[in-house]
Amino acid sequence: MTGLVSVLIDGVIYSSYLFIIAVGLTLIYGVMKILNMAHGSLYALGAYVTATLVGYWFAGGFNPYFSFLLLPLAAVAVGLVAGPVIERGLLRFMYGKDEIVLVLVTYAVLLILEDVIKLVWGVESYSAFQPYGLLGNFDVAGLPYTVYDAMLVVVAILVGVALTYVLTQTRQGKLLLAVIHDREVSAAMGINVGRVYLVTFTAGTMLAALGGALIAPKVSVVPAMGVEVIVLAFAVVVIGGLGSLPGAALGACIVGLVRSAAVHFLPEVELFSIYFVMALVLIFRPKGLFSAPEARKI
Amino acid sequence: MNTSRARTAPRLSIAACALAMALAAIVTPTAAQEKPIKIGVVTFLSGAAAGPFGVPARDGAELLVEAINAGQVPAPYAKKGIGGAPVEMVLVDEAGGTTKQVNEYRNLVQRDNVDLVIGYISSGDCLAVAPLAEELKKLTVLFDCGTPRIFEDASYKYLFRTGATATMDNVAAALYMIEAKPNLKKFAGINQNYAWGQDSWTDFEASMKALKPAVEVGTSQMPKLLAGQYGAEVSALLTSGADVVHTSFWGGDAEALILQGAPRGLFEKTTVVMTAGEPTLVRLGTQVPDGTVIGARGPFGVFAPDSELNRWFRKAYEAKYKVAPSYPAYKMAQALLGVKAAYDKAQAANGGKRPNQDQVIAAFENLSFEGPGGKVDMALGKGHQAVQGTAYGTAKAVGGKITMTNVKEYPAARLNPPDGVKTEDWIKAGFKAK
Repeated sequence: MTGLVSVLIDGVIYSSYLFIIAVGLTLIYGVMKILNMAHGSLYALGAYVTATLVGYWFAGGFNPYFSFLLLPLAAVAVGLVAGPVIERGLLRFMYGKDEIVLVLVTYAVLLILEDVIKLVWGVESYSAFQPYGLLGNFDVAGLPYTVYDAMLVVVAILVGVALTYVLTQTRQGKLLLAVIHDREVSAAMGINVGRVYLVTFTAGTMLAALGGALIAPKVSVVPAMGVEVIVLAFAVVVIGGLGSLPGAALGACIVGLVRSAAVHFLPEVELFSIYFVMALVLIFRPKGLFSAPEARKI
Repeated sequence: MNTSRARTAPRLSIAACALAMALAAIVTPTAAQEKPIKIGVVTFLSGAAAGPFGVPARDGAELLVEAINAGQVPAPYAKKGIGGAPVEMVLVDEAGGTTKQVNEYRNLVQRDNVDLVIGYISSGDCLAVAPLAEELKKLTVLFDCGTPRIFEDASYKYLFRTGATATMDNVAAALYMIEAKPNLKKFAGINQNYAWGQDSWTDFEASMKALKPAVEVGTSQMPKLLAGQYGAEVSALLTSGADVVHTSFWGGDAEALILQGAPRGLFEKTTVVMTAGEPTLVRLGTQVPDGTVIGARGPFGVFAPDSELNRWFRKAYEAKYKVAPSYPAYKMAQALLGVKAAYDKAQAANGGKRPNQDQVIAAFENLSFEGPGGKVDMALGKGHQAVQGTAYGTAKAVGGKITMTNVKEYPAARLNPPDGVKTEDWIKAGFKAK
């Protein structure tokens, strides 16, 4: 019983982390049709900025509980700076080009950002561990879990709910859905597509950075951490269907729970299990579980 | 007048000769000096392994090269240069995977014309480069990677390793844990899913079972390298009922395991032994939970002996880099001093003339030399693989500083199989040659 409960809890915690990262990736793809390889570096940037801010915060002797505010602050700061710089400075010149070209462009951005991180922070690891244990633990079936991890689940749910609300209930969200549906018709109807792209990429960047910011207190912030995460994020969005918000949620849940079950019951196949599930989904649903039906093109 | 001219002429000739010799010395200084020895040094300068391993190793190399060229290293290495020749270093980044490293190795040998290569932290890179060293016939010294497969699965002429294998780390870890917890019934492991982690766990598991046959394995977790998140693994370890958890995690993974495991009580409920934990002490300090058993992959860092060479190394490193040297710095220094010892020995055997590569190799085989971590014997792999004693200790924070308690030293002979015997067979036979 303890085993099943811990599989579920560990799976949900891991899924939350995956969802926060993957949702930004799928949002950008859904609107802009860009498979953003730089997403991992933006995640790393969020983690580095958070580690720096948290480091200064605790070195300054400020109230430790307010350090939690630094996490979203870092995500917003990275999103507002890096998002517009990349979108306005580079990507807007590439719109209309083949998706493969954009993959290569964002891969170039990933490499540049990796070196920027190395230039600014060096190759030493950073840690922002203080917030992780600050809220204490709680026990489930005799196993201790940190309140911070529970908070991660809450944040993921809030992000999902907020995005769903914005997309379905607000004017801006409906404009965005219109662009997702058909960019050219949207432009013809007077929607400022360029602005929608800018807002979407900035929001996607913020979500990537938020993933990094939330994970920074749990890990050692090291070079190449972004490269590792992008592979998992792709697995999630491919399972769920590129561009689909519910798909990202379901993909994250599947990957999180499968991985957790493998770790608990069959650790030898932990790595294999994620990609096995991905392969299985792609055999039956080549465009992912929540892919939108496409009109046949001649 | 003639007499005077007759006297003056030889003086002028002597003066002219002296002037010409002085000028020649000024204009062509290299002609009078030994041609430098060019060493390719390969270590992680980017990526996750750079901070904990690559950069300390690079710093150790730079410090040693400067000191060797200036003749500042204490005896028996006080003579300037290597075999009297100054040392030039060509630094290469180990990041990028084995395919890239194979290309980089070829570049070092065929384009940069290095005299030898010292390098490689990753066991995967060592396994990839080893056959290439034979193919290109270039003296290559592995300084850090731990997999014992290199000299157990093949025989090499041009390849040496001045650092002991991971066998030593894991046999010593098992000995330490059995002594510290004689009543332990179950143990578990969390190791990275590649050559280093797999070999480490195999050796530790086999050693534990050889030392205490009734002991059981709770779980063996093998997350991928740089996974970063170990929530599920920590739960699995906590529910496994293990008394001891073995990990060969390094760098960011080791730090993440501590940061995620400590708040959840993993380090209180079980005794965690970190075979490569010493750099983590340098980086996390008192964040390392009390009671964690720490290894340094040899008698390095906090376990280094109180010798003149170690005191010099430690002082010079701290003065230059404002931080204590961790074991990768020690192991790089050990490799450079091993090369110097081999060259100097070969040169002495060659009547003081610069030895060729084959003469250096002959001198290197079965060599015993001193490093900042103590005596190193090239005793395995037909004289190409080093053995060395090691030590383990238990972390305890005292006065805001992390210290080592219950330190136990283990001699090399107790931790390594005899030459020609495979680690696996040796451990399974109860640490005896079959």
